[in-house]
Parts: sequence; C-alpha cells; structure tokens
Amino acid sequence: MPTTTKDLLRLATIGSVDDGKSTLIGRLLVDTRQLFDDQLDAVVAASEKRGVGDLDLSFVTDGLRAEREQGITIDVAYRYASTPKRKFIIADCPGHVQYTRNMATGASTADLALVVLDVKHGLKEQTRRHLCIAALLGVHSVIVCVNKMDGVNWSQSAFQSVVDEIETLSRELNFEEVKIIPVSALYGDNVVDASTNSPWYVGPTVLAALETSNAGTWTKTRHGARLPIQWVLRQEGGGRTYAGMVNGDSFFVGDTVTLLPANVETTIKAISFGGVGRIEANVGLSIDLDLADETDAGRGDLLAATPLPAVTKDIIATICWFGEKPLEIGQRLRLKHTTKVTPVRVTDVTGVVDIETLRIDESSSLATNEIGLANLQTADWLVVDDYRVNRVTGSFVLIDEVTNATVAAGMVGRASFF
Amino acid sequence: MTPTPLRPPQTADYLDLLESHAIFILREVAAECERPVLLFSGGKDSAVLLNLAMKAFTPQQLPFPVLHIDTGQNFPEVLEYRDALTTKLGVKLLVAKVQDTIDQGKVVDPGPMGSRNRLQTVTLLNAINENGFDAAFGGARRDEDKARAKERILSFRDGFGQWDPRQQRPELWQLYQGKVNPGEHLRAFPLSDWTELDIWQYIERERMELPSIYFAHERDVVLRDSMWLAVGPFVQPREGETVERRVVRFRTVGDANCTGAVDSPASTLAQIVAEVATANVSERGATRADDRFSETAMEDRKREGYF
Ligand SMILES: Nc1nc2c(ncn2[C@@H]2O[C@H](COP(=O)(O)OP(=O)(O)OP(=O)(O)O)[C@@H](O)[C@H]2O)c(=O)[nH]1
Ligand SMILES: [Mg+2]
Repeated sequence: MPTTTKDLLRLATIGSVDDGKSTLIGRLLVDTRQLFDDQLDAVVAASEKRGVGDLDLSFVTDGLRAEREQGITIDVAYRYASTPKRKFIIADCPGHVQYTRNMATGASTADLALVVLDVKHGLKEQTRRHLCIAALLGVHSVIVCVNKMDGVNWSQSAFQSVVDEIETLSRELNFEEVKIIPVSALYGDNVVDASTNSPWYVGPTVLAALETSNAGTWTKTRHGARLPIQWVLRQEGGGRTYAGMVNGDSFFVGDTVTLLPANVETTIKAISFGGVGRIEANVGLSIDLDLADETDAGRGDLLAATPLPAVTKDIIATICWFGEKPLEIGQRLRLKHTTKVTPVRVTDVTGVVDIETLRIDESSSLATNEIGLANLQTADWLVVDDYRVNRVTGSFVLIDEVTNATVAAGMVGRASFF
Repeated sequence: MTPTPLRPPQTADYLDLLESHAIFILREVAAECERPVLLFSGGKDSAVLLNLAMKAFTPQQLPFPVLHIDTGQNFPEVLEYRDALTTKLGVKLLVAKVQDTIDQGKVVDPGPMGSRNRLQTVTLLNAINENGFDAAFGGARRDEDKARAKERILSFRDGFGQWDPRQQRPELWQLYQGKVNPGEHLRAFPLSDWTELDIWQYIERERMELPSIYFAHERDVVLRDSMWLAVGPFVQPREGETVERRVVRFRTVGDANCTGAVDSPASTLAQIVAEVATANVSERGATRADDRFSETAMEDRKREGYF
C-alpha cells in the first residue's frame, strides 16, 4: 500500500539554455518509469511529428507548442515523481536569460538545485547567474551534472577542468552540499544507471544523489516560530481564532507569543487544524490559534515566539529585478510580505552584482534580470527576519502599481558572499 | 545568533502538507480578491477542493459561492451528488447552463450527440463576467496534462479570459499575489501539486463521499476510440459498435459523451487507491476523448479560457 509519509525533496533544474536540463529530467523520469504508457507514447509521437528523432526527452517537460517548435523551455514545468526511497517535486526551469524570472519562480520553492552544464562550455555566465540566484534564494545543496560527456568521448580531463571551476564557485557561494557528476542525459549514463563509460568516476548516479541528499530535511537554522495571520475565524459563541501557515519552528499550546507590530504578549490557549484540536503546530501546517487574551489582531499581523523578528519600515534588501524598465531610486511600488501588502518607495539602490566576480559594483539602478542591493521604505510596518534565517518572513515581492505584474523577488538582508 | 536546539525530526504527513498548502491558497485568494467563486463539477478533484474550502473557513460559512458549468450532458449520478452535497454543506450553488448560451445564439448547438466540451468556455467566461467574479478556484492538477504542468497556482486571465503561457507572472515562494484590474480575473489552483494518487489517498483518509460512478458497477458500454463509453441519452451505438455489459468505473467525471469508463473491479476507496498506485495509463489518457484531438488540445482550450 502506498505510504504518505515518505520524505519529500523539492528540486529545480538550473543552468544555461540548451545544456540539457529538460533532457535530463525526461531521462530521469523515463528511466525510473514515472511516465504512464500513454504519456510516453505521446512524447514519441510528437518527436516523430516534429522530426527530432525517435524520442526527444525534452518533450516530457517541454509541453507547450512554442517550446516544442523552438526546442527551448519557456516556463517552468512541474513534475511529480516517487521512488521507493523518496518523493520528488521537480521544477524544470528555462535556461534562457529572457526567462530568468521563471527560473527564479521554480527555484524559490526548491531545496536543491540540479545544475546542468555542457562539458564543452563549462560555466557560462548564465549558469553563474543561476547559481548565484539559487544561492541567494537559500538553496544550500547542489548536484552539478556535467552533461554531454558523450560529445567529448568521456574524457576525464575535460570533466576535471569543469570540476575545478565549479568547486571554486561553489566555495564562493557557500553551498553546503555539492556533488559533481559526469553524465549524458541523452544516452542515460550516470543518470539512473551507472555508466560503463566512466570507470574513473566512483560517485553516485544523479538518482542516488537525489535520494540521499540532506536537502529537504529539517534545517539547522530554526529561528523562532511565526504565524503570519491570514484570516480571523469567528467562532461560535463569539470568540476569534487566528488562521495561517506556521513557519520557522513549531508552536505548542501554552507557548508565550507576541503579536506584532502591536507588541502585545499573550499565550496560546489552543491549536486547531481543520477544526480538530492538537498540542503542536508544525512548520508548514495551516492551523488556527486561540489566544488567552483579547487582541485586535488581523490579517497582516504576525504572531511570533522568541527570538522575535524586527518591526520596521526601512529594509535593506537583496533584489532580483524582473521589470522591463529599470528599478530606480524614488520609484513607488507595492510590496507583498507574508500576508501584508503595502506601498513602498525605493530610497536607494546601493549596488549591482557582477555575475563574473560576485562583487558589488556601484550602481543607482537595476536593469532587467540584474541582482542588486536596495533600501526600501514602506508605508506600513513590516515584521521581518533576515532571509538567511527564515525564507518566509525574510522574503517579499514587488508589484507594479499599474499592471499588477510581479517585478521583483526581494530578500531581507545582504547575502554573505557579496 | 545562536540557532535554537533541534527538536527530533518529525515526518510530517505528506497529505497534511498538501492540505495545508491548499488551505493557505484558498485563504489568500479569499482575502485578496473581491469576488471569488469555486468551480465545482461534481468530480473527485472539485469534491476535494470543496472539502478543503470548508476546512479553511470552518466554523464560518464559505465566503464565496460554488459555480457549476452545466453542459446538459452530465451523468445523472453526478447531478444528484452535486445537489445533495451542496445542500448538506449549506453552500450557495450557482449553475450556468451551456444550453442557455446556445439559446442566446452565442455558440452553435453541436446536436444531442455532439460534444459541448469546448462550448463550456463561453458559458464559464459569461458567468464570470456577469457575476463580476475576479477569481475562480479550480481543481486542476499539474500532473494531469503537460500544459497544466506549466501553469501557475494563481493564473492570470486577461479581459478576454485568455491564458498567455508566455507571459505568466513570476510566482515566488508562497507569496501569491492576486491583484487584477477590472475585467481581468484569476484562476486559482489549490490542488496544483496533488497527484491523482494523492487525491484518492486524501479522499480515503477523509472518508469523503463521491458520485457512485467512481466505484465499480455494471453498465452498458460501447467501445469507441479505444474507450468504453456509457450508453445513454448522449451516446448511442453507431453502426458496427456492439453494446456490452461490463464491470467498470470512471476515473474522471466529464461529459457523458466524451468521458470513458475503465474496466475495474475496485468498489472501495482502498481498492481504488491500490489500483491507481499501479496504473499504467494516465487518468486523462484512459478516459478523455477531448484531449485526443491534437498534441496541444489542452493548451489550446486553456488559452481560450477553459478551466
Ligand atoms: N550529445 C548530447 N546532446 C544532449 C545531451 N543532453 C541534451 N542534449 C541535447 O541538447 C539540446 C538541448 O537540450 P534541452 O534538454 O532542451 O536543454 P535545456 O537545458 O532544457 O534548455 P532550456 O530549457 O531551453 O534552457 C537538445 O538538442 C538535446 O538533445 C547529451 O547528454 N548529449
Ligand atoms: Mg529545458
């Protein structure tokens, strides 16, 4: 009988256009028999119809007409896989620089980045950009697939020269877990089955590395339980409970919590999940809390256990800018942070990241797909943690006031590698 | 900053996490949008969606109505289920009929045996327009189809109801932002990350009721396009087709004339979970004629504003 408690890993493919990300995911899914017969038949039929061979593995995830016509991924595809060891949510991201916003979308919820690069080209600027964004987003584990090894006759020295480059960059970006694997996504070497073409490689296959990665298990940096209030539930008989999704750490009945920004202390009287009481509210659960004291808490407020987050209207943030026009000093936008939306003004842009050197260059604006540092001033109080200790209370998006488009991913604080 | 000591790792149940994520989305959209609506077909996915919506707002009433797009080609068991469930839960049910859209001359009647699948889009968009809905919850899952696999959880629709897969809004973390201008709307898919197996395991865990046609029963069927179609008012045997009586069940619920039954002895939820866990053919592949027209049938329908 299938179980529902298998450990989950969320991963995103990253890397430059055409280096083989979609082919690799197609290979992984086909070789682990995750595709239904009719889905595989459809990929075969589409490959024949478009004259791209018997089986174009990238068609497993490249499902849009334009993607198949152009042979490129435009937006993230989500696929779900399950092996006896683990459950996976896979985001196959586009490599093209024009779609960096979509890559960030896929990587923002990932625990692990599956990096794909072409052994002949090594670390291209776009691969560096993706790795930099993944590191900023708090992805600590990377599996780097040095792909298209079939194209260099499985030369160990070709592999090794790329390995050195990757190791240098990984150190700079402070990744905690790095595995580098020579593969051919096209032919399936070292993806699910170990290859006989690389007797000099003794490490795991891609699948084995995914199944055994530490990513996705509980992090070391739990830093205080938080509940951004989403909705106030009126209880029968007049009481109110506060509903939202727990992050940071668990809450327990009896815990002292502080309502912010009001700064009012109270205790948790009861916890319920879908109307059923419990004593612990775990991270990731949508629960509601009953508090010992009357408060006027509402949507956009936050309940926190110690150590408490900061209450502020001024934030120093790392920004990935996706807007078509540049981000400039003085610009007005809307900001969404947890369950709060507030007007915001850019008070300063203090630098832009040079992707090649990872240094901050001086700049007073950010162009499309640039990463930089900015100071923002919000109209309303925000209750924030540094992104490095909490991905929920440390993150926000910027929204264009006219089109309502999401134009930036923002992280509170400054990454350590700048 | 000293990290707090770790409590022993806990295996959160995967279904609890999926459920929580869906409830989170339901609450975000209900809080940020002016007039949401929940699309309810009577199928298993929309049943799960409605169950989650009830949980998200209990003990309050559902802060939005439920809308059924009625093609007029339903299985009667599904309509009975729809009415019984919405009455029991005390939710407000709206019904928009494809027949009305036909009578208004907005679309051409395909005839009693013809498919009304594609016409639903017009009825749906009209209903969204007329009621001023700015968000519609749907039970679509990303594992169903390759175009759905590409869609955001909050999916933007322009003033014509169209989906533009090349211009989707970035969707970072779980910061779902649902702001739209007048005339535009959102589709919200709280079940995006659920698979068919997750749905059945959840239904089993929650002991949910479903239309009887999901469970094995005897039925008169004809083989058409390598699918068993139920013989009834919308499907009559054509020349060369023979009617057979077989033990079947439905894996999806759509229009009676384009939803195929599968041979199955599974008559309990546990048996269905076991069957789904070992299936070789996908849910839509096994049962939906509407996806077989072309390589990108779902993408094309979605672009027009389909569910
Ligand atoms: N020789 C060889 N070719 C490969 C290999 N993997 C992928 N390719 C080819 O490289 C091309 C690009 O592959 P994709 O999988 O579409 O690349 P991608 O990284 O997903 O590209 P984007 O998503 O557009 O960024 C295709 O023609 C593949 O067949 C490999 O291991 N060996
Ligand atoms: Mg690709």
